[in-house]
Amino acid sequence: MMRHPHVWMGLLLWSIFGQAQAAWTMNMAPGATEVSNAVFDLHMIIFVICVVIGIVVFGAMFWSMILHRRSTGQEAARFHESTTVETLWTVVPLLILIAMAIPATKTLINIYDASESDLDIQVTGYQWKWHYKYLGQDVEFFSNLATPTEQIHNQAPKGEHYLLEVDQPLVLPVGAKVRFLVTSADVIHSWWVPAFAVKRDAIPGFINEAWTRIEKPGLYRGQCAELCGKDHGFMPIVAEVKSKADFETWLAERKAESAKLKELTSKEWTLQELVERGDKVYHTTCVACHQAEGQGLPPMFPALKGSPIATGPKEDHLHRVYFGKPGTAMAAFGKQLSEVDIAAVVTYERNAWGNNKGDMVTPKDVLALKQGESK
Amino acid sequence: MSAVIDDHAGHEHDHGPAKGLMRWVLTTNHKDIGTMYLWFSFTMFLLGGSFAMVIRAELFQPGLQIVEPAFFNQMTTMHGLIMVFGAVMPAFVGLANWMIPLMIGAPDMALPRLNNFSFWLLPAAFAMLVSTLFTAGGGPNFGWTFYAPLSTTYAPESVTFFIFAIHMMGISSIMGAINVIATILNLRAPGMTLMKMPLFVWTWLITAFLLIAVMPVLAGCVTMMLMDIHFGTSFFSAAGGGDPVLFQHVFWFFGHPEVYIMILPAFGAVSSIIPAFSRKPLFGYTSMVYATASIAFLSFIVWAHHMFVVGIPVVGELFFMYATMLIAVPTGVKVFNWVSTMWEGSLTFETPMLFAVAFVILFTIGGFSGLMLAIAPADFQYHDTYFVVAHFHYVLVPGAIFGIFASAYYWLPKWTGHMYDETLGKLHFWLSFIGMNMAFFPMHFVGLAGMPRRVPDYNLQFADFNMVSSIGAFIFGATQIFFLFIVIKCIRGGEPAPAKPWDGAEGLEWTVPSPAPYHTFVTPPEVK
Repeated sequence: MMRHPHVWMGLLLWSIFGQAQAAWTMNMAPGATEVSNAVFDLHMIIFVICVVIGIVVFGAMFWSMILHRRSTGQEAARFHESTTVETLWTVVPLLILIAMAIPATKTLINIYDASESDLDIQVTGYQWKWHYKYLGQDVEFFSNLATPTEQIHNQAPKGEHYLLEVDQPLVLPVGAKVRFLVTSADVIHSWWVPAFAVKRDAIPGFINEAWTRIEKPGLYRGQCAELCGKDHGFMPIVAEVKSKADFETWLAERKAESAKLKELTSKEWTLQELVERGDKVYHTTCVACHQAEGQGLPPMFPALKGSPIATGPKEDHLHRVYFGKPGTAMAAFGKQLSEVDIAAVVTYERNAWGNNKGDMVTPKDVLALKQGESK
Repeated sequence: MSAVIDDHAGHEHDHGPAKGLMRWVLTTNHKDIGTMYLWFSFTMFLLGGSFAMVIRAELFQPGLQIVEPAFFNQMTTMHGLIMVFGAVMPAFVGLANWMIPLMIGAPDMALPRLNNFSFWLLPAAFAMLVSTLFTAGGGPNFGWTFYAPLSTTYAPESVTFFIFAIHMMGISSIMGAINVIATILNLRAPGMTLMKMPLFVWTWLITAFLLIAVMPVLAGCVTMMLMDIHFGTSFFSAAGGGDPVLFQHVFWFFGHPEVYIMILPAFGAVSSIIPAFSRKPLFGYTSMVYATASIAFLSFIVWAHHMFVVGIPVVGELFFMYATMLIAVPTGVKVFNWVSTMWEGSLTFETPMLFAVAFVILFTIGGFSGLMLAIAPADFQYHDTYFVVAHFHYVLVPGAIFGIFASAYYWLPKWTGHMYDETLGKLHFWLSFIGMNMAFFPMHFVGLAGMPRRVPDYNLQFADFNMVSSIGAFIFGATQIFFLFIVIKCIRGGEPAPAKPWDGAEGLEWTVPSPAPYHTFVTPPEVK
């Protein structure tokens, strides 16, 4: 083995720098759109300007730190002003800044032009997930973190897309101008996909505009960028960009699914079926606050196991889930989940962790509540 | 007065401090109050630093190991609040208390009782703020910028105590600022014209005006929060006709001048230290004064550059981008002046000079990333990432904090009457320098690669640089306990310091003996 030390050296170097490629990313990526490329260019221009100025200024400092030391026998000069020099180093930086402002202004104006879009998507931030609604298409869904909690708590090895993976990605067509209408249902979030150079705050009560036109199909990942509470670090964004034909197929499938969901509401459900479905809904939607065993995180997030609501009258329980509790983190899930899922999760909570109530809330009950609300 | 002197004949010239604990509680002496401010600040620096250690320990590796996300958010919030309001600001007030009267030939601060009250508000405010960590529901967890509605509708109950604490800190700062202005404008020695004042006095005068202008805005901001939380108003709630973005406008109208409040006094101190160890007068004194005033003015019209992604109309965005870029001009003038002061000087590198030179270089790096952040389209990528964390730590740690360390070493002989241990001082510098750069430089990289700030966990691609950052932070943190040792050693003994321990230093503070007597300049000196 020792006859080929260069092979081992090569392997060693490869193991260091091969990994380095993945883990030691030092710069912004140019991204996948015309705008993201323009932003990347601005970033590099201003960076290079700073480096050049830095070399001149720090060069002068190190020159005097090396050559003008007292230990070299240096006598201090006495000069302490020069109007010419002072004017020069006020005017020259000003000119550099003006030169820099011109391309920045052009790019900014382009970023703000969200007119003539081909597809409009409403993006709503929730604590702690994103909701996407394809306006005029009758397609909407939530996008939740898909990384298993075992990975977060170091009980399982972490995958390549750790914390940057979701259950249902946002699906976008390639080459089309997509307009995002960004808002929030609770606190301020920020929707950010670096490859599109789109970052817009999601503000409750306000709608912000942004747009993109993606040049290459693929998967693009981002994260919430504004501190939004406990699980701010756990609400990623994944955009799956498909060819136009594939996108149309996907959209048609989604429309068919939402029609099917409406059928499910009128179906006759058994307790067993509802609990099974509710188990899944709970572990996607409720688990972050109320925890896997229903124990909650008191006092901010109360326990459901043995709680007065989950073991009291089922009407009150449904009411709390449907309308939420204003002024707390408990959201009104009537706006977030389908009738089937609300019925399922309430039924699950009433029959899990020893809350063995044995009763059930059906999708029809939820529908009745919804219709009562709209009257 | 003569009657009083007659009554107390024999001991009026030797009127030293009172004995025991009440000396510190009741003191109106600017040196005692300055000392208390400095010790308080250092205590808070260690406390805020220990919170940073918790943050860096959690971020040492991906995954959740040490704290839960809810507690992590309390740590980031408290770290920021304590460092800004508890460590940096009181340190500069402490330096102002000690040095401004000595620099302008005044016997004390103009309003000594107010001075005592300004100080004693702070321990009360921070005791209240820190105690919230032990309440049910936890302490403030909404970031030091406390954006509504996360800090109102969705806040833990302790937010009310946080608001009260902010009010007390604000009152303390405003009273401190009034005192500084009154002292500088009224108590200068004969012949000490405004344009003869040391730059530390100038920068503090301007800082004091900034404080008086913006601390009431912060008070208004937290009062509106209080009303929203307890009295049913909707200043920051869209559901009641208010606006969450209004919060950010008001906050940053305070917040941007605030960052200059934390750096201008350091500019002033470094402008004394660099000439002293270059043995050459400060280059461009007049332009330094005007540059400081320009920076202070510009700081009022750039606040929305913290809000480039909230959806400000394009014209507003352009205005704030241009105004922010302009700040580079007066800041550049200052840096060029410091470099020119060193040019063809006769340089030595004692600890104060090492910190001052590192200040110029590293603060300039923070200035460069600030210029990058000013470019609004590029900010869409930088905003709320670790690039921003790297940027403001580069202006605050080697900026404000290194400025404070440089000042402490420069004036320790005057305060204690002993020289500090030069070898240990240099060791403190080099460990701080290495630790600080290791901690904060890699944050530029992870930020550009896409890591958001204020997250307790991250994707594996950010793991290596985060580990480097954490190791650097641990080195930096541990080194500061070493600084405590150096200071205590210097107080307890060491080579006796002459009145003027630095041969190149200039200013009235070096005309009084070391340690400075309890009362100085009872008779004003004549300045020519």
